[in-house]
Amino acid sequence: MPSLRRDQVGWLLAGSALTLAPHASHLPPAISALCALLLVWRGFINQRGSRLPHRSLLVLMAAGVVGAVLLEFHQFFGKEPGIALLAGLLSLKLLETDSLRDARAAVLLSFFMQLGQFLYQQNMAIAAIALLGTFASIGTLLALQGRAEAFAPRAAAAARLLLQALPLMLVLFLLFPRVQGPLWGLPADAHSAVSGLSDDMRPGDIARVSESGAIAFRAAFEGDPPPPAERYWRGPVLTRFDGRSWRPGPSRRQDQPFYQSSGIARPYTLTLEPHNQHWLLAMDFPGPAGGLVYGDDFRLLSREPVRSRLRLELVAHPATPVGLAEDPRILQEALALPPGFNPRTRALGERLRAAAGHTEDIPALAIRHFRDSRLAYTLAPAPLSRDDVDSFLFDTRQGFCEHFAAAFVVTMRAAGVPARVVTGYQGGEINPVDGTLVVRQSDAHAWAEVWLEARGWLRVDPTAASAPRRIDGGLAAALPDTARLPLLARSDLPWLRALRDRVDAVNNRWNQWVLGYNPARQRELVASLGFGDTGWQSLTALMAGGTAVVMGGLTLWALRRVRPGDAIDRSWSRVCRRLAAAGHPRHAWEGPLDYAGRIAREAPETAPELASIAADYARLRYGPAPADATLLQRFHHTSRKFRPR
Amino acid sequence: MPSRIARRLTEAASRIILGKEHAVRLALACILARGHLLIEDIPGVGKTTLAHVLARLLGLQFQRIQFTSDMLPADIIGVSVFDQRDASFRFHPGPVFAQLLLADEINRATPKAQSALLEAMEERQISAEGQTWRLPEPFFVIATQNPADQIGTFPLPESQLDRFLMRISLGYPDRAAERALLAGEDRRELVAHLPTELQAGELDSLFEAARQVHVGPRLLDYVQALLEHSRAGAGFSLGLSPRAGLGLLAAARAWALLGGRDHVLPEDVQAVLPAVAGHRLRATGDTPLGPDALARRLVEAVPLP
Repeated sequence: MPSLRRDQVGWLLAGSALTLAPHASHLPPAISALCALLLVWRGFINQRGSRLPHRSLLVLMAAGVVGAVLLEFHQFFGKEPGIALLAGLLSLKLLETDSLRDARAAVLLSFFMQLGQFLYQQNMAIAAIALLGTFASIGTLLALQGRAEAFAPRAAAAARLLLQALPLMLVLFLLFPRVQGPLWGLPADAHSAVSGLSDDMRPGDIARVSESGAIAFRAAFEGDPPPPAERYWRGPVLTRFDGRSWRPGPSRRQDQPFYQSSGIARPYTLTLEPHNQHWLLAMDFPGPAGGLVYGDDFRLLSREPVRSRLRLELVAHPATPVGLAEDPRILQEALALPPGFNPRTRALGERLRAAAGHTEDIPALAIRHFRDSRLAYTLAPAPLSRDDVDSFLFDTRQGFCEHFAAAFVVTMRAAGVPARVVTGYQGGEINPVDGTLVVRQSDAHAWAEVWLEARGWLRVDPTAASAPRRIDGGLAAALPDTARLPLLARSDLPWLRALRDRVDAVNNRWNQWVLGYNPARQRELVASLGFGDTGWQSLTALMAGGTAVVMGGLTLWALRRVRPGDAIDRSWSRVCRRLAAAGHPRHAWEGPLDYAGRIAREAPETAPELASIAADYARLRYGPAPADATLLQRFHHTSRKFRPR
Repeated sequence: MPSRIARRLTEAASRIILGKEHAVRLALACILARGHLLIEDIPGVGKTTLAHVLARLLGLQFQRIQFTSDMLPADIIGVSVFDQRDASFRFHPGPVFAQLLLADEINRATPKAQSALLEAMEERQISAEGQTWRLPEPFFVIATQNPADQIGTFPLPESQLDRFLMRISLGYPDRAAERALLAGEDRRELVAHLPTELQAGELDSLFEAARQVHVGPRLLDYVQALLEHSRAGAGFSLGLSPRAGLGLLAAARAWALLGGRDHVLPEDVQAVLPAVAGHRLRATGDTPLGPDALARRLVEAVPLP
C-alpha cells in the first residue's frame, strides 16, 4: 500500500479540521470532543511517524461513535444525527488513511461536510468558513497529486484554482434554474418556531417579543422614508376579547384592497424574514399589488405562509380613509365586551360617554384620562389581577403597549365606540450605511383603532399618550435606562450601533442577492440581460452557453500562456502549423534547418520556399541581436504568404 | 575568411580520408574548440592517418606514442639524465612535447602511464624533477583505443574520459569510398606530400573566430534544457557535467564555424552531441546504448524552447 507523505497528511488534517470546526457549534459536545481527539491523535502520528492504530481498534471506535450518536439522538435519521455520524466517521477515517485512495475519499467527505454547514446557517461567516475548508481540501487534492512542496506555493496554487472556478460558479449560481423555496431548508425546518407576533394576544406577549433584537423585516423606500409617526406596520387585527386574551374576528379576503387608496404614495421594497405566518406586515395602507390577498381588516396577506425570506415591491398610502362603509357585523363585533370583566373600566367608559357631547370626542377624552392617570410605560409591569384592564388602569398603572391598547379598546367599547386592537411593528431604524429601514422584533407594538361615523377606522396609539418618545425614538428612548433591553436595541453605545449598522447593511446585501436569489430575482436578471422568455428550457440553454463561454475563455487563456511569445516565433509557428496540416509536422526537438532539410528530402515539391524561410528564422532567432530589419520584414512576409502545396 | 579556411581544411582532409566527411569535420571542430579527441575504433580504418592529416594540414608539430603495457610515465613526459660534462641532471623532454600528440592505443598502458598523459592534457604543462615545463602552444592529444580487443587493456575511467572533448569513431568506409581507396595512391605517400593549408597565424585566427561565434539566449536555454534533462530526466543514470556543458557549447561553436555561420543553431548542438556526450552519458536499463542512440534519446526528449 503506498503510504502518504507527511505534507499530504498535514493538508488532509488541516482541511478536515477546518471543515469540522464550525460544526462544533451544533454537534453534541461529546461528539465534538471525540472528533478533536481523533484529529489530534492523527496529527501526533503524522508528527512522530509512528504506526496507525490497528484495524480492530478502529472497528471498536467506530462502534463507539455510532453508540454515542444513538445515545444522543436515539435515531440515525434526520439532519442532526446524520451530521454527527458523518463528523465522527470523517475523523475516524483519517486514522486509517494511509493511501491515496483513502485520502481522496476523506477529501470527498470533507466537501460534503462543508455543504452540511449550510443546513444549519447560511450567513456570510459560515460561507467564509466553508470556503476556507474548500480551499484546504483543494490544497489537499493538489498535495495528493503532486510532489512535496512548501506550504506557500501550494496554497497559492489552491487559491488560484479557486479563483479560476469563480466565473463558472457565478454562471451556475445565476443561471441554474431555481426552484421556489429556501435553498438549504430541510422540510422539517420550515415549520419550526420562529419568534415574532402571533395571532392572539395576552398581556405580556408583545413585551416578550420585544426582548429579541432579531430583524423582523427591512424596508427600502424610494426617496425619503416616512416620518416615524407614519411607520405603522400592520400585523394581526384583534377584535374578539374574552376577558383574558384577544383574538382576530372572522374576516373576508379578496385580491383587491377593501378601500380606495389615495393621498401620498410611498413606494418601498419590503424584505420579510420568514415567520411562518400569512401576514405580510405592510405599512398602512398598501395599494393594489398582484398575487397577494387583502383582508377586510386592511391586512396584506400572502397565499402561503412566509417560510423563506420574501421580497415584495409595495406602495403605502398612509392617508387613505378606510372603512367608511363598514359592515355592521364587524362593528357589532368591535363593540362586544365579555360580561363580568373589568367593571371599573366599563364604568369609566360610560362616564366618558356621558361627559362627551359628541361620539367623536370620546377617544380624545379617553386619551386625556390616560395621560392624567400617569400610567408608566415599562417592559416589566407588575402582575395583574383577573380583571387585568381594571388592574392596569386603576391599580398598578404600569404596562407595555399591549396593556395600553387593550385598556383603550375596552374603554372605547364601554363608551359605545367600535374599537379593536392592532398588533404589528412601529418605527424601525434607518441604517445610515445603505439607507434601509431595519425593523426588529424589539419594534413590535400594539395600538388601537376606533371607528367613527363618516371617518371610518382611525388609528389611536394610547402608548403615545404616556410615552410619546416610543413613537418617535423607538423602544430604547421610551424606557428608563435601567430597563433590560436586547444589546442591539440599546442606543447608548454609538460605536456598537455604527458597527451593527455596517454589519447589517452587508448582511442585507447578502440576504437580498445570495440567499434571496429566488426564481423571481432570476427572472429579473435574465430579463435585464435581454432574454424575455425565461422558462427553465431557456435558462438551461443560457446556463449551458454561459458555461461554454467561461470554460472556452479559461481554455484560451491557458493556451495563450504556452504559446510562444514574440512575433518571430508566431510566424514560424504558423509556418510549422501549415506544414503540419499538409502532413509534415515538425518534431518538437527539430531545429529549423533540419526541418527544412527533411521536408526537402521527403517532399521536395511541397515547400520549395521553406529552406529560405527556415534559414531566415534561424538567423533571426539565434543570430546576433538586433536583427536586420529587412531580413525581419522578408521573413514575416514570406512566412505569411507561405502555403505548402 | 575563417569559414572559407575551415571549408578548405575539411575538403583537403576528406580527399585523403575517403567517405568520412562527418568524422573529419567533427575532428576539426574538436581541434577548433581546442579540445582533445578520442578516436575509438578497430585497427586499420584510418585513425592514425586522420591524426597525420590534421597535423599536416594545420601545420602542427607532430609526435606519436605507441602505448604499451610496460610503458612508464617517463616514456611520455621525458627523463632527466646526468650530464657528465657539467656534472648535473639535464631534462630530456619526452614525446609529449609536441603540438599534436597521437597517443595510439591508450588503453594498452597502465593507469599510471595513462594518468601522466591525462595530467599533461589538463594542465598543458609538465612537472618533473621539481621543475615545470610548459607544453607547446597549441597542444592537442588525439588518442585512439580499440574497443574490440579488451584482453590486457586498461579502459579509461569516466573521470579520464571526461578530459576528451569528443569521442568519435570512423567505421568502415562505404563501397564507393573503399573502391576509391583501393584504386588510389598510397595514403602514406599522399600524407607525406600534403601541403600545409594554413599560413602563420591563421590557426590562431581560426581559434579566435570559433570563440566569437554568437550564442543567443534562446540557444543557451536549449543547452540548459538538454543538460537538465540529462541529469534529472528519465532515461539517464549519469548526466552531463558542467564541463561537458561548456565543451558542448564550444564544440557547437566550432561546428557552426565549419558550417559557415556566425551563430550557433540547435542543429549544431545536436550534430556534436553524440561525439561530446556519448562517452559521458549513461542510460538507464541493462543494454548499453551507443553514442548516437544516447544522443538521440536526449535530443528527442527535449523540445526546442
